[in-house]
Amino acid sequence: MLRVENLKKTYGETEVLKGISCEIKDGEKIVVLGPSGSGKSTFLRCLNMLEAPSGGKIWLNDRELTDENTDLGTVRQQMGMVFQHFNLFENLTIMDNIILAPVKTKKMKKAEAKELALSLLKRIGLADKADAYPSQLSGGQQQRVAIVRSLAMKPKVMLFDEPTSALDPEMVGEVLDVMTELADSGMNMVVVTHEMGFAKNVASRILFMDGGYIVEENDPENFFSHPKNPRCREFLSKIL
Amino acid sequence: MEQFTAAFITEDRWKLYFQGLGTTMEIVLFSTILGLTLGTICCLMNMSTTKNGRPTVFHYIAVTYIDIIRGTPSVLQLLIMWFIILRASTNGVLVAVISFGINSGAYVAEIIRGGIQSINKGQIEAGDALGLSRFTTMRYVILPQAFKNALPTLCNEFITLLKETAIVGYVSLADLTRVANQVSSRTYQPFMPLIGAAVIYFVIIKIFTILFGNLERRLRQDATC
Repeated sequence: MLRVENLKKTYGETEVLKGISCEIKDGEKIVVLGPSGSGKSTFLRCLNMLEAPSGGKIWLNDRELTDENTDLGTVRQQMGMVFQHFNLFENLTIMDNIILAPVKTKKMKKAEAKELALSLLKRIGLADKADAYPSQLSGGQQQRVAIVRSLAMKPKVMLFDEPTSALDPEMVGEVLDVMTELADSGMNMVVVTHEMGFAKNVASRILFMDGGYIVEENDPENFFSHPKNPRCREFLSKIL
Repeated sequence: MEQFTAAFITEDRWKLYFQGLGTTMEIVLFSTILGLTLGTICCLMNMSTTKNGRPTVFHYIAVTYIDIIRGTPSVLQLLIMWFIILRASTNGVLVAVISFGINSGAYVAEIIRGGIQSINKGQIEAGDALGLSRFTTMRYVILPQAFKNALPTLCNEFITLLKETAIVGYVSLADLTRVANQVSSRTYQPFMPLIGAAVIYFVIIKIFTILFGNLERRLRQDATC
């Protein structure tokens, strides 16, 4: 579904991604782990071209994102993204945050989008906040809204960039619950996170990154109990 | 008292001041509209980049425009407009509106750019990630917030513009300042007409300041951010 070939990214002199190749199949839930500075977030942000790669190729199904002639807008409509700092539109109500993209990209009529938004808000228990503004919500609530805002575009894959890192500890659970439920519903996901519990329980495969490379790739059980790569062992010994 | 009568009552001179004020307001109002429009367009041109993040040709056009306008006195801009560029026009108010509109646009462009830069980049990224065009994100998300953040400075620009129109006497338009000057040269008593005009400017600007203050407060309550 998503294919990456020899992806590279440099900022000036610094090489952040040094050649990453991987393939994500339909139905997979990928969790990307690694120490800070290993390039996980950059990797994720390259997947929907928020960062323009310096080299390599990316395909979503049969469309090459890295091709200059590709209309990124239409590709991104199929890829949801959730940010560390939520990035809700602060001048719009929760309802308008959710329906803006579906309506403006002409994917749905306004009434249809509203109906969908309301059912999504019900799913995360925030239907009563439809007319509130983002700043009136807690961090956890904002992040749950950000997730359903992406879902309203009916994406084929969801990218999560450290979705719980900016949250107070007591709010992490509510966001992870929504993500777990989403995974159970069969959504393709790529998640950059430090939540090991989530990785263990939800991931179908774990990518471990270090120094701009994917140094280990494994299913969660083997990854956590029998890590092969020494840097991976070191990382796990620090956090577990 | 005698001076007051000569300045305002004799020959119904008070009417002249109001006509002058009318001319002043007419110029300010329309050049503000023109300035906001030009400024917004110019700001977006200034901030436009190509796919690989380099500035476009529009950026250079906008920067040149801003540079020229900020680098020359507005009196000269007005005179150049009146005597050279729009020499064929006999409509002084129109020429003044165009001149001040173009002048104000350059400042407004920079004010709005400041407003846009005060908004965290994450919201633009969120728009990108949802597959919205940059135009849509700007139109519905970024610019409304940018205008709100820039409102105090924009109001300031409006007030500056209002006072700056006092130079239209140079192209023989009878605005408030010019009227006061004419009356004082008729009566040989400058005190009352000039102080009177100053008071009128002051009161008008005070009223606008209060109105803008209310608007700002309302917007802040509207969407808290």
